[in-house]
Amino acid sequence: MNQSTVNAAGSRPMPRTFRFKLNSVALLPAIVVLVIVGSFANEAFLLPANLITILQQSSILALLVLAESLVLITGKFDLSLESTVGLAPMIGGWLITSTAIGGSGLMLNPYLAIGITLLVGVLIGAFNGFLIVRLGLNAFIVTLSMLILLRGITLGLSSGKTFYGLPPEFTYLGSAVWFGIPASIWICGVLFVLGSLFMRYHRFGRAIYAIGGNAEAARAAGIRVERVTLIVFVVASLLAALAGLMLSGRLGAITAQQGSNLIFTTFAAAVIGGISLNGGKGSLVGALTGVLLLGIVTNILTLSQIASFWIDATFGAIILIAQSIVRITGGERSQS
Amino acid sequence: MTVPLQTQPDSDDGTAGMGSAISRPVALGVGLSKAFGATQALRDVSLKVHPGEVRALVGRNGAGKSTLVSILTGMTQPDSGTIHFSGVAAPPAHARELWQSKVACVYQHPKLIPTLSCAENLFLCGTMSQRKLISWQKIRREAREVLDRWGLDIDAESPASTLTVGQRQLLEIARAVIQGSRFVILDEPTAKLDGREAERLFAHIRTLQSQGVGLLFISHHLDEIFEICQNVTVLRDGQKTLDRPITGLGRPELIEAMVGAARAAAAPTEQSVADGANARVRLDVRGLNCAGCFQDVSFQVRAGECVGLAGLAGSGKEAIGEVLAGLKSSNSGAIVLDEAALPGSDVARHNRAGVGFVPQDRHHDGLVLGMSIAENATMTIPDKLGSAGFISPWKQADFAQQMIGELDIKTSGPTQPVSDLSGGNQQKVVLARALARNPAALVLINPTSGVDVASKTSLFGSIRAVAQRGAAVIVISDELDELDICDRVLVIRSQRLTREFVRPWSGRDLVAEMEGVAE
Repeated sequence: MNQSTVNAAGSRPMPRTFRFKLNSVALLPAIVVLVIVGSFANEAFLLPANLITILQQSSILALLVLAESLVLITGKFDLSLESTVGLAPMIGGWLITSTAIGGSGLMLNPYLAIGITLLVGVLIGAFNGFLIVRLGLNAFIVTLSMLILLRGITLGLSSGKTFYGLPPEFTYLGSAVWFGIPASIWICGVLFVLGSLFMRYHRFGRAIYAIGGNAEAARAAGIRVERVTLIVFVVASLLAALAGLMLSGRLGAITAQQGSNLIFTTFAAAVIGGISLNGGKGSLVGALTGVLLLGIVTNILTLSQIASFWIDATFGAIILIAQSIVRITGGERSQS
Repeated sequence: MTVPLQTQPDSDDGTAGMGSAISRPVALGVGLSKAFGATQALRDVSLKVHPGEVRALVGRNGAGKSTLVSILTGMTQPDSGTIHFSGVAAPPAHARELWQSKVACVYQHPKLIPTLSCAENLFLCGTMSQRKLISWQKIRREAREVLDRWGLDIDAESPASTLTVGQRQLLEIARAVIQGSRFVILDEPTAKLDGREAERLFAHIRTLQSQGVGLLFISHHLDEIFEICQNVTVLRDGQKTLDRPITGLGRPELIEAMVGAARAAAAPTEQSVADGANARVRLDVRGLNCAGCFQDVSFQVRAGECVGLAGLAGSGKEAIGEVLAGLKSSNSGAIVLDEAALPGSDVARHNRAGVGFVPQDRHHDGLVLGMSIAENATMTIPDKLGSAGFISPWKQADFAQQMIGELDIKTSGPTQPVSDLSGGNQQKVVLARALARNPAALVLINPTSGVDVASKTSLFGSIRAVAQRGAAVIVISDELDELDICDRVLVIRSQRLTREFVRPWSGRDLVAEMEGVAE
């Protein structure tokens, strides 16, 4: 632990405006390269319509990555987010659809249904948090069980059917266009900006980093570790419910498999974006670049008319390559 | 490698430096030195253990005992010096299995595999690993024999996790002997044992002695050393200060070797700033109890007073600090700070009420290493750095800059991660965190452990300055240096306050009281 004993008075700290951490956007060069590759691969790539498509298709994943990043930075796991993406809007949709298409026939007010959808997210998060924080169960096992359980409830509730004919109020967030850009992109952008500022400048955000970095030190400093962790689980599930609502709105329907397998991509994007699985490290902006990277790769593969069956393999390869590069260029050794 | 079973412990007292020609020592270390960075952990230490000898290794924290044990067990390579086991040069560093056949070390916390049975721990993890097929019948039978021989009334098939600490230790020693070690190191084996278990351990030690095994016995309880050992080696600051037979050795002489002649005699020189009995009582601890940690602890600290709580590891002293800080909950009793009772088990509220806390281990609960100095130093006061929970980085940096100046933290600036700092400067950041709210009571556990001399002096100055500002300061420690800055010292032994020392006290008396050997 040798330290360069720089005289504190002799050297000025870096100007605050430049203290933006470069390592949080380490993926930017890769994204630039991909954009260049994409523009050569297909002239349609750089068209505004295509770029908006990339962003819109990424927006659901981006919300989930935002949610998962919060949990990961706290030093925990939440695998159940993808099932919340399915279950929360499914319950909302079930309450506002007729029995003819498998709904409850209650025909509830759609705005109320949106509220209930988000509330389902809150309740799932609170339940996860209760089991993990209060009962001290392992986060991986709890959320894995919840992933299976919630997906099972979704299937049971819908009997595997798809709900069509949703009222426009319910699909608004996922389908509306504001100032020429889909509302989901706006919402996602605003949440990331707010989230980043919150994580950087609010005591709650700093508490999340402190807990992930060293929960014991945070506790000894008076941070309410249990409460903060529980709230993080609630916020993450709430974001997942919102993502589910937006996904249903975009598709105009709720399928029983909505959100399935999304958790793998979520983790991939977060990890590529520099979120540490050990907690305490990474930034939301970095995580967003991870999302964009995967979104651009998917788009290029689609435009190049490579069979979509190869996209998963490409994702897997990208994650491995990204992690190896990080390791070789002197990053920390992640946990085995 | 021959094992001289027939030899008896000779009368060599080790001071002459030459062993008897008849018995080759089971362990012989000559001129062992080891430095970690700038710290010379061990300096030219020689040690000899003969067959059938129990040698005590004594020294205060940081004297170099652990380093010596680590070298003797092959875990650490010495910078210089040689080791021989029964006349054969020590195996190369990478040959772990060879080392294990030469020397066994039993720690406070036995290193058995808790999920495996006693029989498996005895045989599978060592001698039988070479066999290709396992005969369970044979293993069980042999294990049964070993357990009987050692007087262990346990089922050979029950998992090691079901044993008591004492049983586990005996099992570990048994395994070492089965594997052919003629040299066994016992590192504070009695720390977790009750009296009866300790007696049984001593009986086995004597049996091993008569079989020609040599033992190195490390203990903080000097009584035990007088009871079980023939010779003693004392280390202080990495150097050997005493090497002689126990017979005829007086306790004062032993303690003097541990703490240094000057230290043992001299009383603390610092002047008290507390205005004696006239200052008002700031912290009043009344009949505090914590099950399994300490009992019936009451004391008062006046404004400007610095009170030491001295005790060995396991005495319960750390728990008192943690209860004061709200990190641990007490079962009964009250903590009153400035005439207001503290709620207990709530760090944030204790902190806001005016308790500053420096925890025992900065890596465990003192610092978030990946975060900056500014973030660590202000972790206790987010409410003071902005409104509505938002933290102004400007205020944060200004505050940190002020602390960097006040506590003389050597750094390139407030945004430097604490992982880049030296141990001493890291500890100053922990102190900054404790001082952030200008506490009415400052509680410090081992505030200068693992800190270089310059930082130590600086930290002591800062702590005294806090007292001078009128705070109640409590230093919880077993280091004489740290206790020296106190106006008075309360000794805690076996979970109870036993005695109060008021200036001037002698270091020798204080250590004797902590170790429980006071006449």
